[in-house]
Amino acid sequence: MKTTDTARLAFQSIQRYPLRTSMLLLAVAIGVTAVVLLTSIGEGARRYVTGEFASLGTNLLVVFPGNSDTTGGAAGMMIGETPRDLTVEDAMAIERSPLVSQVAPAIIGSGTASWRQREREITVLGTTSKMRSVQHWNMRAGQFLPELDMDVASPVCVLGSVVRDEFFGRADPLGQWIRIGDARCRVIGVLAQAGITGPFNTDELVIVPVASAQQMFNATSLLRIIVEVIGNDAIEGARRDVIEIVKARHQGEEDITVVTRDAVLDTFNTIFDVITYALAGIAAISLVVAGVLIMNVMLVAVSQRTEEIGLLKALGAKQRQIIGLFLTEAVFLSILGAVVGLGFGTLGTRLMNAAFPIVDFSAPAWALAAAAAIAVSSGLVFGILPARRAARLDPVEALAGR
Amino acid sequence: MIELQQVCRHFQVGDQMVHALDHVDLTIESGEFISIMGPSGSGKSTLLNILGLLDRPTQGSYRLNGADVAKLDDSMLADQRQKHIGFVFQSFHLIPRLNAVENVELPMVLAGVSVASRRKRARQVLESMGLGKRLDHRPDQLSGGERQRVAIGRAIVMNPRVVLADEPTGNLDSHSSSEVIEILHRLNRDGLSLLVVTHDPEIGGQAHRRLAMRDGRIIRDADSRSP
Repeated sequence: MKTTDTARLAFQSIQRYPLRTSMLLLAVAIGVTAVVLLTSIGEGARRYVTGEFASLGTNLLVVFPGNSDTTGGAAGMMIGETPRDLTVEDAMAIERSPLVSQVAPAIIGSGTASWRQREREITVLGTTSKMRSVQHWNMRAGQFLPELDMDVASPVCVLGSVVRDEFFGRADPLGQWIRIGDARCRVIGVLAQAGITGPFNTDELVIVPVASAQQMFNATSLLRIIVEVIGNDAIEGARRDVIEIVKARHQGEEDITVVTRDAVLDTFNTIFDVITYALAGIAAISLVVAGVLIMNVMLVAVSQRTEEIGLLKALGAKQRQIIGLFLTEAVFLSILGAVVGLGFGTLGTRLMNAAFPIVDFSAPAWALAAAAAIAVSSGLVFGILPARRAARLDPVEALAGR
Repeated sequence: MIELQQVCRHFQVGDQMVHALDHVDLTIESGEFISIMGPSGSGKSTLLNILGLLDRPTQGSYRLNGADVAKLDDSMLADQRQKHIGFVFQSFHLIPRLNAVENVELPMVLAGVSVASRRKRARQVLESMGLGKRLDHRPDQLSGGERQRVAIGRAIVMNPRVVLADEPTGNLDSHSSSEVIEILHRLNRDGLSLLVVTHDPEIGGQAHRRLAMRDGRIIRDADSRSP
C-alpha cells in the first residue's frame, strides 16, 4: 500500500467525524497553547527583571562585607575572627582608585518615624548624594541629599513616594521636620515613584546622609558599597583594585565580596530558566492528557469502524497496514492540534504583549519545538494501542459487526 | 484448486462445544459454480469463512492451489486473499464515504497499484457491470442491486481464482436479484469459480453443483454437469 494512499485514507476518516476531530484538535491545541503561553510568561518575566537590572548600567560593582571563602569555617569562629566591617573610610579609599568614577555607600536600618500625630515604621537608607546618579533615581519634588563628605552628618532627609503620601497626604512636605527615633531631620526632597530598583524598594525609604544614619543606629559598618566604574572595559580591573584596596586596609585579609552586575544577571537568568522549564513541564502534562484522550477516541473509532476493518482484512489488508492507517490518523490529529495550538499560542502571546507592553512576552524556540514534538509523539504513543486492537480484530467477527 | 479433508470447526459457546463443521470433505475445481444451501446454523457461513481464509479449521487440512494453508501466517493469508479470493456479502459492505470507483479500487489500493492503472481498471469493471453512469455515485445514491453490483466489481477487480458469495441476493428484491444472478452467471461462464451460499432457489437452480448442509455436514452433493 502506498504511503500517499495511507495518508489519504487516514485523512478521509478525520474528515468524516468533524465533531470528534475538532474535540481532539482542541485538546491537543490547548496543551500546546499552554506550553507556548507559560514559557513566554517565564521568558517575559526573565527579560523584564534582567532588563531592569541592565538599566542600572553595566558598569556597577557591589561590595559586601564578608567572604564565604575566609569566614565560612568553624576554625575562624574559634579564634574570634569575624569579617571586618566595611566602613565609610573603606568607601573613601575605594573612591580614590583611578578606575572608579564614583562610590555610594549604603547603610540600612529601621526605625519609627513620626510627623505631628502620625507615626510608622520605616526603613532608613544612609547614603550620599552619589547614590542618586548611580541608581538613576528621579526626584518628584525638592532635591536629593546635599554633596557632603561621607563623614559629615546633616539633619536632612529625602522621602520615598509612599512614605511621603502616608505622612503628608496633601500637605507640602518640603521644609517639614520629621522625627526618626531620637533624631530630627528636615525634608528636602521626595523621590519619584519607581518601585523596586536594584536592592531597595525606594518608595518605602527615608534617605539620610550616611554619617547621620551611623549616629542614628550607633553603627559604623556599611551594608554595602556601590561602585561605579569609569567604563565597561575597566570592570574586571576595578574589581581587583577594590579587593586590593580593602585588603590593604584590612590587614591583608580578603574579607569582602565584590559582585558585578553580570554575576547578578547570571543568577537571575538561571532562576528564571528553571521557572520557565518548570512551567513548560507542567504544561506538557496537559499534552500527555490530550494523548490519553486521543487513545480513548481512537478506541471508540475502532469499535465504530469494526465492520470496515473486517472488510479491509477480507480484501487482503495486512495487520501492519491497518496499524499504519490508525497510527497515521492519530498522528495527523496531533499534528493538526499542534499547528492550531502554536497558532493560538502565538496569538495569545501577542495579546499579552498588547495588554502589558512593558513586558516582552515571547516563547523561546525550544518551547515551540518541544510542544509540537511532545504533542505528535503522544499522538503516536497513545495511538499504538487502538491501532493494534484494530489490526488484531478477528475478520469474521468484525465483518459481522461484533 | 480447493481441497478440504476432514475439516472440523468447533466453537465454545458458554460451556457447550458447537461443531459448526463436522469432518467435511470437499474438492472444488477451477470454473465450478457451486451453491450451498441449508438451514441456518448448518455451517454454511463457517465453511465459507474457512474457504475464504478468514477463519482456520480446528482440525483437518485445507489445500489452496496445492499449498497447505495451515502453514501460512496472518500476513501470508492476507496475501492469498488479496490475490486469489473475492468476497461478496449479503449487506454489501461498501464504504459509505467512497464513491463506486473508489470502492472498487480499494483492493488495488491495499495492493499498492498506482492511481492511474487502478482507476482505469475500476472503471472498466464497473462498465462491464452496467454501472458506467454510476461511477461517481456514493453507496447511498445507489439502489440495492447497484450496490451489490459495485460489491461484485470489487470482488473481481483483482482477477481472483474464486469468488465466495454469502447470500448475495438476501437483501435484494426479485428484479435486482435476477440482475445479480445474471452477472454472477456471466462471470462464471468467463471462467471464474463461484461458490454461493444462498436460500434463494433461483441461484440454487443456476448452479452446476448443489451442496446441501445440515449440522455441520455436507449431506448432498449433486452435480448437474455430471460426466
